[in-house]
Amino acid sequence: MSSVLLICQKELKSYFASPIAYLLMAFFGLVFGFVLYRSTGDVMRFSFQMQMQGQSMPMNLNQQIISPLLGFASTISLFLIPMITMRLFAEEKRSGTIELLLTSPITDLQIILGKWLGAMLLYLCILLMSMVNLALLFAWGKPDIRPVLVAYLGLLLQGGCLLAIGAFISNTTRNQIVAGGVTFFVCLLLYLLNWFTSFDNGPVWSALNYLSIVTHFDNFAKGVIETKDVIFYITMIFFALFITSRSMESLRWRS
Amino acid sequence: MIKVEGLTKRYARTVAVNDISFEVEKGQIVGFLGPNGAGKTTTMRVLTCFLPPSEGKVTVAGFDVLENPMEVKKRIGYLPETPPLYPEMEVVEYLTFVGKLKGIPSKDLTRRVGEVMEKCAVADVRDKLISKLSKGYRQRVGLAQAIIHNPDVLVLDEPTSGLDPKQIIETRGLIQSLAGDHTIVLSTHILSEVEQMCERVIIISQGKLVAIDSVANLTNRLRGAEAVVVELEAAGGRPNPSEVQQRLEQVSGVSRVVMKDSRNGRLAFEVESLPDRQIRGDLARTVVNSGWNLNEMRSIGLSLEDIFLQLTTSEEKETEKVGATT
Repeated sequence: MSSVLLICQKELKSYFASPIAYLLMAFFGLVFGFVLYRSTGDVMRFSFQMQMQGQSMPMNLNQQIISPLLGFASTISLFLIPMITMRLFAEEKRSGTIELLLTSPITDLQIILGKWLGAMLLYLCILLMSMVNLALLFAWGKPDIRPVLVAYLGLLLQGGCLLAIGAFISNTTRNQIVAGGVTFFVCLLLYLLNWFTSFDNGPVWSALNYLSIVTHFDNFAKGVIETKDVIFYITMIFFALFITSRSMESLRWRS
Repeated sequence: MIKVEGLTKRYARTVAVNDISFEVEKGQIVGFLGPNGAGKTTTMRVLTCFLPPSEGKVTVAGFDVLENPMEVKKRIGYLPETPPLYPEMEVVEYLTFVGKLKGIPSKDLTRRVGEVMEKCAVADVRDKLISKLSKGYRQRVGLAQAIIHNPDVLVLDEPTSGLDPKQIIETRGLIQSLAGDHTIVLSTHILSEVEQMCERVIIISQGKLVAIDSVANLTNRLRGAEAVVVELEAAGGRPNPSEVQQRLEQVSGVSRVVMKDSRNGRLAFEVESLPDRQIRGDLARTVVNSGWNLNEMRSIGLSLEDIFLQLTTSEEKETEKVGATT
């Protein structure tokens, strides 16, 4: 366990020693803030209009602002995650530091878990940027806190899943650009599966739909924790980390 | 301390190391010698559990690299060809990280880091970012990293490559000072380094073991042979270099003639004899009888470099012959 934390600490350190962590946080904060500003404005204008017409519309911050906003955050994370994971293994392979890790008395699994945990913590830091914005809503409105926390849990699980997939892809190459590009493509595919399949019915389509990372986030965005979604994400994380350790082993035998 | 039996390592299309066996005693410094691509790095990577062997049995300090890699890794310090450094870390920070990684208990950690920084002369850059360090310092930090957990076995892959002459001397001194406590395996393609530092040499070429012996023995092995530099000029007109070379090669007992220099009609050749043959008299007679002036003839000792060349090139010739007959 201490080895896992050691690697995790090292990863975090190298994220924050380079501009990448700050850039990602700033980018996310900016986009999230802008979308929050726009959507709050729209909702306000809409409810004004309704009041002018003599109808009263109860403002529901959770449903009208926070839920779509965090859904949007899940979309943005598709772009952020390749940038977080692309260097995880590829950089160590290129610079040769992987030789230090693999010849030290720690297991492959400890290395993988440490790196994934480091990436998770950076992702958490990025998500925290959005909390600053949401804090404003809490300061002037009275949204329900529980669905917000559930949505964040969903974002974390979804992120953990994509980060594990990204770690696997980064482990297969020594080129960061390739790792980032392929990870982005895979994330996009998992995202689009939802689109492609939402109009069709049938066993194949629904199976594909089930694989879509985004499908499982919908319930979280609504503030509902469904066991099957949690299990889906956790299974995906385990599976991705497992094939990462397998690929590490197989690369060792092949190269 | 290290025991390698029938080690073979195959990559997808090539055989990097082919059936190598050797043993290294405790406390010895052993030099791995070979041209580029001979399989030195691959062998070292197998020793350090970075790569698994395709065939053969490799044990370090009694532990098999396949069955007990954790125990082997605890007892081995490894400096790869490019030192495995994290440029965004400071020297102290990096060494502390490696120390923890190698499992040094935290109460000893600060002391150990201080000790290896002293030993490897990097204490004056302790708070500098590794990305700002010069090549020589990086190499020494790499070495500090390899010895931080006081391993029984040190594996150093070309520890002096890319350093300037002063740094090379310093690094060699450092490595020699580490001998005794540690068993050291180092690879190099600089022969004088082996002559100076190592007790035993393992020469590999094209993945095969060519020779394994003590440095003294290996030099003795070809002591019977002598090498002579012959400098001559034509009495009238210029001698044809290829003709001269041909004549010299025909002298009985000569194994090899290499043209060294040709200036103003003067030609210099380096002539090597077969073992236990005296060739100087015959050489002189041949030169004089051919009507050339013999300007100079001096004997030079065969260095490890020549031995190495002979060993590795004769290997090639043999394989060529085999290739031609089959």
